[in-house]
Amino acid sequence: MAAVKRSNAPIFWLLFGAGGMLSALLGTALVFITGLAVPLGWPLPADLLGYPRVLAFAQHWVGKGFLFIVIALFAWHAMHRILHSLHDIGVHNGALAKLVCYGGAALITVVAAAGLLSIGF
Amino acid sequence: MSRKAYLRPMEGWWRRDPFFVRYMVREATAVAVLVYTIVLTVGVVRLSQGEAAWNGWLQAMRSPGSLVLHAVLLVSMFVHAKSWFEIMPKTMPMIVIGGKRLAASTITRSGWAAAVVASIVLLSLAGWWRP
Amino acid sequence: MPDAVKSVEFDVLRYRPEQEDVPAWQRYAVPYSHDMSVLQALQHIKDELDGSLSFRWSCRMAICGSCGMMVNGKPALSCQTFVRDLLPGPIRIEALAHFPIERDLVVGVDGFVKKLEGIKPYLIPKEPRTLAQGEYLQTPEELEQIEQFSSCINCMLCYAACPQFGLNAEFTGPGVLALLHRYNADSRDGGRAQRMDVLNAEEGVWSCTAVGYCSEVCPKQVDPANAVNQNKVNSAKDYFLRFLSPKGARR
Repeated sequence: MAAVKRSNAPIFWLLFGAGGMLSALLGTALVFITGLAVPLGWPLPADLLGYPRVLAFAQHWVGKGFLFIVIALFAWHAMHRILHSLHDIGVHNGALAKLVCYGGAALITVVAAAGLLSIGF
Repeated sequence: MSRKAYLRPMEGWWRRDPFFVRYMVREATAVAVLVYTIVLTVGVVRLSQGEAAWNGWLQAMRSPGSLVLHAVLLVSMFVHAKSWFEIMPKTMPMIVIGGKRLAASTITRSGWAAAVVASIVLLSLAGWWRP
Repeated sequence: MPDAVKSVEFDVLRYRPEQEDVPAWQRYAVPYSHDMSVLQALQHIKDELDGSLSFRWSCRMAICGSCGMMVNGKPALSCQTFVRDLLPGPIRIEALAHFPIERDLVVGVDGFVKKLEGIKPYLIPKEPRTLAQGEYLQTPEELEQIEQFSSCINCMLCYAACPQFGLNAEFTGPGVLALLHRYNADSRDGGRAQRMDVLNAEEGVWSCTAVGYCSEVCPKQVDPANAVNQNKVNSAKDYFLRFLSPKGARR
């Protein structure tokens, strides 16, 4: 019997799982802090996201690493799920769909990495 | 072995049962995760472009449109977390501790506990960290 | 106490390939009694109202897996579904979803059978024993690991529940993958390596998106969603660790 082709899904599934776990643990709090609390100035002070503080955070290897991991894993999680949702609504997961979705995640990863590196240490 | 077998179309399948609708809502939370990731990425890029650019991003984050958007993203992130911890037991092998099977509800509650702890740590660090 | 309801209406999706191209609904009025199952209603229709109605059934007690069909849009065993829970009607009866309809409520099962054969659904002993050596022993703890998955009656309700199978008939599917797990997880079995190809394929575990409806509808609480999704970890391990061991990560 001819061997059935092995799927490469595990790579993307692990990224999906890691990103899904991270966003399940921290996503709500992150959106709350950056998108609501600090911009409104309540219940966290508005100066929490002031330039000197955020710059220092992003220049520190812990902060830089945290930002990169959050952005990259969230992106790969989201794109993997979106790709499969496209399949669910009838859009075939052909080369174009995969290029747009996984390519999009790769783009976000690269842009974030470039930005974080150019901020320096 | 089919003698003119009839295959029913799948069009609109997820609208046929509330279970499927809830599944699609769960999957749709990925769009919110993507949107938020893009917001963060733009922020990182603006941060790398200097103080004026960063302040521009902060200004945009304070706009009414952004606040409404993030309120929606907040709900979606919560729905994601809830559905993630609910499906988590299905991804795990059978665990027997002291003769008793680890219940799905225990696994789900552990996930929630971890999320609460992680969120408290994050909020504390966000509030008190000084460079 | 005599039943207040005298008669219940059933809308059945008929399909006779020799006389029509497309299925069509037909309504029947069935005399009601408190204890009747949907299967009994169908048997009344066939015996008294319309002998041309075709449907599968056998044991009448939810163990043979023959009588699966859609009742009001949900996959169910007709022998285990009671009319009193579906009042006042009309009650919609349709062949199992996602399968090609051969005739009326009879679906084509060839694909399912072929997939089942493909996973080697039998014990391949880890250490073969002669008759003289006696039985293959197993502790209650080892049995617990596989018992629920061995309860599968091949009724295919999980396939009717699974939209990924509906969208792609090549997907191995919840029931067969649950049985694959039943053998891989059996302490007496040593055939894991021979079953990995099925797991690792795109049509294996990787077509599953954890909808979970399969486990909801399973009449035997097999929990196929669990069987499939925990094997994503096994398949991923096999994928990444295959380069480490000379024989591949299949032990």
